[in-house]
Amino acid sequence: MIQNLADGILVGSVLSLGAIGLTLVMHMLRFANFSHAELLSIGAYAALVFDGVFAAILPPLADRIGPLSMTWALVLALVVAVAVTGASALVIDRLVFRRVRAKGSELSMVFASFGVAMIVRNVTGLVFGLGTQLYSKDIVFAVVVSRDPMLLIKPDQVFVLVATLLVMVALHLVLSRTTLGFALRAVAENPVLAQVNGVNLARMIALVWVVGGGLAAIAGVFYGLTNQISPMIGRDLVLPVFAATIVGGIGSVYGAALGGFIVGIAANVALAVLPSGYSPSVPFLIILAVLLVRPNGLFGEARA
Amino acid sequence: MDDIVLRAEGVVSGYVPDLPILKGVDMAVRRASVTVIIGPNGAGKSTLVKTIAGLVPLSAGHIAHDGVEIGGIRPDRLAAQGIAYVPQMDNIFRTLTIRQNLDLALRHAGADAAARLEELYTRFPPLAEKRNDRAGALSGGQRQFLAVAMALATRPSLILMDEPSAGLSPKAAQEVLECARGLTAQGVTILLVEQNVKQALRLADHCYILAEGRNQLDGSAADLLSDPVVGEIYLGARRKGAA
Amino acid sequence: MIGLLSYAVFFSTVASILAIAVLGLNLQWGFTGLFNGGVVAFFGAGAYGTLILGGTPQADHLGGFGLIYPLALAGGAVAAGLLAWVVGVLTLRLRQDYLAIATFGIAVTFENVMRNAEALSGGAKGFRGFERPLRGLFGDGFAYNLFFFCLVLLLLVAVYLFLERLVRSPFGRLLRAIREDEDAARSLGKAPARVRLVSFITGSAIIGIAGGLYATFYAFVSPQDVLPTLTFQIWAMLIVGGAGNNRGAVFGAFLIWGAWTASGWALSRFAPVEAQLYTGSIQYILIGSIIVAMLLWRPQGLLPERLVLSQSGQPVKPRQQGA
Ligand SMILES: Nc1ncnc2c1ncn2[C@@H]1O[C@H](COP(=O)(O)OP(=O)(O)OP(=O)(O)O)[C@@H](O)[C@H]1O
Ligand SMILES: [Mg+2]
Repeated sequence: MIQNLADGILVGSVLSLGAIGLTLVMHMLRFANFSHAELLSIGAYAALVFDGVFAAILPPLADRIGPLSMTWALVLALVVAVAVTGASALVIDRLVFRRVRAKGSELSMVFASFGVAMIVRNVTGLVFGLGTQLYSKDIVFAVVVSRDPMLLIKPDQVFVLVATLLVMVALHLVLSRTTLGFALRAVAENPVLAQVNGVNLARMIALVWVVGGGLAAIAGVFYGLTNQISPMIGRDLVLPVFAATIVGGIGSVYGAALGGFIVGIAANVALAVLPSGYSPSVPFLIILAVLLVRPNGLFGEARA
Repeated sequence: MDDIVLRAEGVVSGYVPDLPILKGVDMAVRRASVTVIIGPNGAGKSTLVKTIAGLVPLSAGHIAHDGVEIGGIRPDRLAAQGIAYVPQMDNIFRTLTIRQNLDLALRHAGADAAARLEELYTRFPPLAEKRNDRAGALSGGQRQFLAVAMALATRPSLILMDEPSAGLSPKAAQEVLECARGLTAQGVTILLVEQNVKQALRLADHCYILAEGRNQLDGSAADLLSDPVVGEIYLGARRKGAA
Repeated sequence: MIGLLSYAVFFSTVASILAIAVLGLNLQWGFTGLFNGGVVAFFGAGAYGTLILGGTPQADHLGGFGLIYPLALAGGAVAAGLLAWVVGVLTLRLRQDYLAIATFGIAVTFENVMRNAEALSGGAKGFRGFERPLRGLFGDGFAYNLFFFCLVLLLLVAVYLFLERLVRSPFGRLLRAIREDEDAARSLGKAPARVRLVSFITGSAIIGIAGGLYATFYAFVSPQDVLPTLTFQIWAMLIVGGAGNNRGAVFGAFLIWGAWTASGWALSRFAPVEAQLYTGSIQYILIGSIIVAMLLWRPQGLLPERLVLSQSGQPVKPRQQGA
């Protein structure tokens, strides 16, 4: 049970990072983006590629950092992956979403996002193969934190959690202390009024994509670090990430952060009761529960 | 001639292509004056100010600010050029604090921002008092003042206000209108949409009456206030006139 | 010759079954503006429902109620409708995205449950033990396939005519009015959430019929038949054919199913062996690109909606557009 809780927190940190970007996009552009989880996949693979590149250029970078399986090469690769994924999100918007937005309804956007997800996922499969990959083949042993109840934790998992919390604090500071953060929140609340107050809407939308893509890249790399990398990352995470945004309330960054942990923990704790095969069903049950009890989520506001 | 801050000629605009709401509106607004726009509901008053603010596309005609054509310019650019707009509803960011609302409005003020913020707090003491509260918690009148304060942040030469007194008590409405009047002393020009016709005409210099997307009548506020026809439609028998 | 003919019958049967599903989706999306992101859940509910109700008794999983076929098929449709009712009641009064997400979720969950709940569905091995109706009369060969094709065609025509009448009825006008302007419809004293729910359930039941026929055709259904990609294919058929036009929906089903089969055949025939593994990926990229391209360049589809609403909300005369 306690082990499930610990694993849940870890999955939760990945889901939170994914959900924060998704909730921003959903709130500002008013559509459910089914391709958001593919950005995690793009990030994970971008890091895989650049990890190899950096390790090849400068072999000392391939050394592990302390007890982690992570290397300095992967840290650098993560930074590059953030940039690559942010740029990919922006390019996808320019190529598809912005044009559909200009002519179609919000639901056409939802549908376009289905198409984009399908394309990204299968192109990834074509390019990198359908099999799973790992950042490091070294086996890192878990540390036994406690024997009764049994609790095993890998150093990587602690790192992922701490790094996630740091990213969230940084994002919080930007949103609550800087005028750029105010501008982002202003656009989310009332785009017209934001424009009237001198905010360049197009630039803010671009920023949201870049931030959402960047956070997704971090989530994707952390997922790859603690699980494995496969073209199906997007398919497997799309529903849990949506569940996290709905739990938190669409548009609420803090809600999404919390929602990610709630969904992660719930899905893992549920495994103590349910056979493990059912875990993909848990996010939907959570969505149903939220819709029944509190349709606007923990922090969301009703909006037509 | 250079006394005219804003000139609109034959303005045609609307929300859907081929369905104009404004069908050729002309207007000239003098510097440091208060000009009020009145007219029945749905006449297109809000649409006119939104068109000037760049929020509704102009499909024909010209709008010039200080002699420079501004049709088709993005709203955030217009704000930077000194045209401020206070919408009819939802004119503050409810989820931000008052301070954050003002900081946002002062975003491009650079080194001047701190001084201007103090200036705004001095002008509107209730805002200073509640600076760290969420703006959503303000009373209707205080919200209106916050909206005006945000508009003033960029030191605009022209402020467009859409029914700033809507939903306010008569006293608060009067305060808001007087605040607008007071701004003209510093050279700011006010273009105002109002339903409180009598109150507005007393304060205003000039008045335009709009109906069905066209100019119906215009003249000095004092003349219209004493005009018997206007009096019957918009002042005395306003209820009947609204139909 | 007989080979070709038998393939044509086989192809047309599957395409017609899918066309029924596309018609159901068209009622939801084309005429009501509801985004069903989990078509396959309702398709699957119809498929499993029909087999469970109409199958012969099995040792290892549910089934064997042995209902006569029309009742079993209707039962499948009811199962799909019930599923739609649950999702619809919870989401139709919220912002539209919720329906998209919830339906997507139910599809994932449906597949997951069918894969795991062996006692219910036979699990990953699939559901067996179903005798195709009138097998005694037509046997298992070409004759049966021909018979079954006629049955499917009959149902396709019936569903088509039913929907054509429905969308021309006052209820159909109400659907479009709500789609175009929910507030206006509400101000006329209509309850948009109720009307949407009826449309959503009806569309889902039709999709369920398609699922039932599909399972009947193969006398088998497994979790592989209810993967989210089927949702995507059915959507592609509607978008390409033209949402809001029933003829377009049928046309799109045949066109996309044809393109799908043809591309699969071409890839298996001409692509190098080592690329065969990626046939599916390539097909999905193609179909994804078709959808995105349609949305960008011809969002109204190949056969656009013929009824156009005027400003006042009254339908105006059909306006013939490109074919
Ligand atoms: N966002 C919009 N989209 C489409 N039509 C609109 C929109 N806003 C206003 N209209 C239409 O434009 C016309 C003029 O509206 P406008 O808001 O300019 O009137 P108004 O004179 O400000 O009225 P009021 O006194 O009620 O504020 C109305 O017929 C209205 O239905
Ligand atoms: Mg108005």
